[in-house]
Amino acid sequence: MKIHAPRLAVLVAALAFGSAQADEVQVAVAANFTAPIQAIAADFEKDTGHKLVASYGATGQFYTQIKNGAPFEVFLSADDTTAKKLENEGDTVKGSRFTYAVGTLALWSAKDGYVDAKGEVLKGNQFKHLSIANPKAAPYGLAATQVLARQGLTEQVKDKLVEGQNITQTYQFVSTGNAELGFVALSQIYKDGKVTHGSAWIVPASLHDPIKQDAVILNKGKDNAAAKAFIDYLKGPKAAAVIKSYGYEL
Amino acid sequence: MPLSSADFSAIWLTVKLASLTTVILLLIGTPIALWLSRTRSWWRGPIGAIVALPLVLPPTVIGFYLLLTMGPNGYVGQFTQWLGLGTLTFSFAGLVIGSVIYSMPFVVQPLQNAFAAIGTRPLEVAATLRANPWDTFFTVTLPLARPGFITAAILGFAHTVGEFGVVLMIGGNIPDKTRVVSVQIYDHVEAMEYAQAHWLAGAMVVFAFVVLLALYSSRKTRMGWS
Repeated sequence: MKIHAPRLAVLVAALAFGSAQADEVQVAVAANFTAPIQAIAADFEKDTGHKLVASYGATGQFYTQIKNGAPFEVFLSADDTTAKKLENEGDTVKGSRFTYAVGTLALWSAKDGYVDAKGEVLKGNQFKHLSIANPKAAPYGLAATQVLARQGLTEQVKDKLVEGQNITQTYQFVSTGNAELGFVALSQIYKDGKVTHGSAWIVPASLHDPIKQDAVILNKGKDNAAAKAFIDYLKGPKAAAVIKSYGYEL
Repeated sequence: MPLSSADFSAIWLTVKLASLTTVILLLIGTPIALWLSRTRSWWRGPIGAIVALPLVLPPTVIGFYLLLTMGPNGYVGQFTQWLGLGTLTFSFAGLVIGSVIYSMPFVVQPLQNAFAAIGTRPLEVAATLRANPWDTFFTVTLPLARPGFITAAILGFAHTVGEFGVVLMIGGNIPDKTRVVSVQIYDHVEAMEYAQAHWLAGAMVVFAFVVLLALYSSRKTRMGWS
């Protein structure tokens, strides 16, 4: 095959500039924020022309990956401690950390009418499995154990707990019916001001420590204009409206 | 003490799961392997392919379908509920079933190779000496296929110890029931407890190496490549 030199030059130039322009931002997103970020990313890409590449997972797992050279430029954590830890360890751009959302916990069942509006179903103890996120790794799991403790139910439900490794798996156990109910993120079952399916008790914030979710720009995103643009966009009114529509506080 | 009691119960659970899985697989894998090695039926291809599926499929696929079928709305789940057993997800029994499926090819294939290597000649000779098929199986086939059984048992056990994705999908991370070593390591890493993760993960590396060393050394010296 004869290589067409000028065309090759154009191709090489395009590839080189493509990366140098850096109008793509790689974002590590806590699993509970999957649905809102998809909506926000679509708006962000349309409004700014930048491209957002999102990876979803558990916050603790992202921490390990970031410490070991993962290519993420922005990190949307499910808590504030992990983002703070990265900040203290010098892995983030100074001054970039802020709380982008405050999570709401919900006790949810895929069955209509199974969970009452006050969560009395927990005390009734008629279920076989209660799904929570791993409290050691996931903030929603920790909040769930606090709710159980404050209601004096820890011992009563101990043998019924099944743990998802992150909030997505916790949701999956309930949505497939394998667990009758579970503590999920309200964002997973909430759209435009109401619970989309099944039945839920929206847990009052007074029953657990606030689930503050912090975002940071990581060192890898220091010189990326798209990373900065995305953080600005996330702080803006359009993103705020989306975040609230999924049941988060700000 | 570097390992906690939770770590030890995860190790004990893993050993229990792998042992039980291996015994069950040897019992049901032997007739399957024997049939696969002897039959000229059209079904040999499809059955062989089904047995080998877990070699190729990601554990998440197996775990996902097990979660759906063993759940209260799945066929298996409705059957077990009808039997009054409840559902198998989040239970040790569920993990055993998942592991049997997941490790099946690692037991069946060495057995199948061992049976095929024996050929038909010794069996025909046994038949001329008026041995019935059961006699032949226990006095001729089994002893001749012994190296195959050893390989099958070691691989089945080791592969079950190395299981992660299936357990993660259907287990629910319950201490003493479904929290096996691989999941416990994942927990430690997620919780940033690297020291504990290292102890368990390091032990897994040593275990895997010793098992494979034993397997490959014995193959070379005594058995040849089956």
